[in-house]
Amino acid sequence: MTLKNANSGLASTDQTYSEPQGAKPRRVISGRNIMLYGTLFVAATYYLLPLYVMIVTSLKGMPEIRLGNIFSPPLEITFEPWVKAWATACTGLNCDGLSRGFWNSVRITVPSTIFSIAVASVNGYALANWRFKGADFFFSILIIGAFIPYQVMIYPIVIVLREIGIYGTLSGLIMVHCIFGMPILTLLFRNYFASLPVELFKAARIDGAGFWQIFLRIMLPMSLPIFVVAMILQITGIWNDFLFGVVFTRPEYYPMTVQLNNIVNSVQGVKEYNVNMAATILTGLVPLVVYFVSGRLFVRGIAAGAVKG
Amino acid sequence: MTGHAKADRPNQFLRNLNSKIASIPMILTAVVIFMGGTIWTVVYSFTNSKLLPRLSFVGLDQYYRLWAAPRWVVSIENLAVYGIFSMIFSLVIGFVLAALMDQKIRFENTFRTIFLYPFALSFIVTGLVWQWLLNPEFGIQSVVRSLGWTTFTFDPLYTPSIVIYGVLIAALWQGTGLVMCLMLAGLRGIDEDIWKAARVDGIPMWKTYLFIVIPMMRPVFITTLVIIASGIVKVYDLVVAQTSGGPGIASEVPAKYVYDYMFQAQNLGQGFAASTMMLVTVAIVIIPWAYLEFGGGRKRV
Repeated sequence: MTLKNANSGLASTDQTYSEPQGAKPRRVISGRNIMLYGTLFVAATYYLLPLYVMIVTSLKGMPEIRLGNIFSPPLEITFEPWVKAWATACTGLNCDGLSRGFWNSVRITVPSTIFSIAVASVNGYALANWRFKGADFFFSILIIGAFIPYQVMIYPIVIVLREIGIYGTLSGLIMVHCIFGMPILTLLFRNYFASLPVELFKAARIDGAGFWQIFLRIMLPMSLPIFVVAMILQITGIWNDFLFGVVFTRPEYYPMTVQLNNIVNSVQGVKEYNVNMAATILTGLVPLVVYFVSGRLFVRGIAAGAVKG
Repeated sequence: MTGHAKADRPNQFLRNLNSKIASIPMILTAVVIFMGGTIWTVVYSFTNSKLLPRLSFVGLDQYYRLWAAPRWVVSIENLAVYGIFSMIFSLVIGFVLAALMDQKIRFENTFRTIFLYPFALSFIVTGLVWQWLLNPEFGIQSVVRSLGWTTFTFDPLYTPSIVIYGVLIAALWQGTGLVMCLMLAGLRGIDEDIWKAARVDGIPMWKTYLFIVIPMMRPVFITTLVIIASGIVKVYDLVVAQTSGGPGIASEVPAKYVYDYMFQAQNLGQGFAASTMMLVTVAIVIIPWAYLEFGGGRKRV
């Protein structure tokens, strides 16, 4: 409201601007609005163009790609590239398409998300309600650790995983995702539990409930929103990961992002741009679905977890 | 985890036992992985470890070698250019978009969705899409040429001197939506009365933004800068997907140098030295921020 007033004052120097009826028709086509929406539309085009080009390219045959331009819609829509990207595209010796990477990613993302949230929610609860001596110290290390480049910690983790005997396996990668999700998730849950009324906690303790009882019967039922936020954060973060996937797994367990990169950036053979773009969309599909379905919650999630980088 | 003070307060150790047990994963992660791992890497960066890590110290040799390596110097230059420009452009574009979005516009949700969706995507996906768009044979260059502008040249990914700007374009596409969101949240936190007061005083809107609103949003700007900066140092996936460091070594970045020396060239000492330098870079960014954020006794998360 105030912004609009400040603006129209600037545009028309009409100091008596206060009657909504008088201003309305002018507002729709005012110079200010043309500038405002014009800029927004230009910006929106820049953000949408790559998505459009991806889709269009993935629906064309190779002859059409070689002749036409990348912005032109397909003359003959073909789903062949999609089928090929999913089922028969080659990486190295394997020619079973992205489907293998997809299922690997599912097998990585689901347990990583569940474990990391389970552990972090209990951590956050302990930090918020059952502080013990030194807890803040460990928590500070954890938060500072979130800013340290992964590259600094990767090799020691390789050694630890090798010693345990899970280096190169899916469980090793799942553990790594849990470790690196811990700082931000713990922070998220700690802040959330700390914001709940402390009387609830006190009353439960007077009634004789213990650590786990209070957590399971009082805290959990009240924290659905934060669990959803944490889930969005973890699913998109883990699905999109590349570095950990390439470092901590063997080729047969590569997640979808690593496999996609190998398919598209492979040096042998003719580059099939349509297959590449179909593969790229397929890889982006899961986080995009999460993003579109969760809407506002996604924004909350990234605002809360943006530090994960 | 210490129970030494047991005698004074007999109940304390037992009462918090559950909490301590529950915190074991966090404590292990913090101490063993984050602290232990970092110290381990720093210590081994002073050794001449090759295929396997071994403790034969060679002083600063690895660092001399690192800074004598053209590839590392190029990586640092790229990181500097990429970092400076992505900070400036992210903040400017993010803030301008947020300011436009804050004008009580129609379809605000639609625009927000459009600006933010790239952020949901993997850097690998972003890199590959922009590799395609910037492909001189098929992409933007060829489209503009086919419109009759036959000398038009726009092939950043194939020109060593400007390849890093090609990476930058993709990075901005992916990341500015997030900055816009943070800025928009900051703008919404500004009291409406400020705008009224500025209007009463006859201050033009751009001046209100520049001299009143932006200074008031200082904490948001600092938080955003830290987020952008810590992302910049880690940039890896995008380069791998978009250029694989090429042409030649023109778009190498430190994170890639570390990975290649640790896992491809089997020269662990170099990898550790390079990653320690990354750590130093981050410390330079984080320490002043931590001082500003937490030194004043004010907490903002």
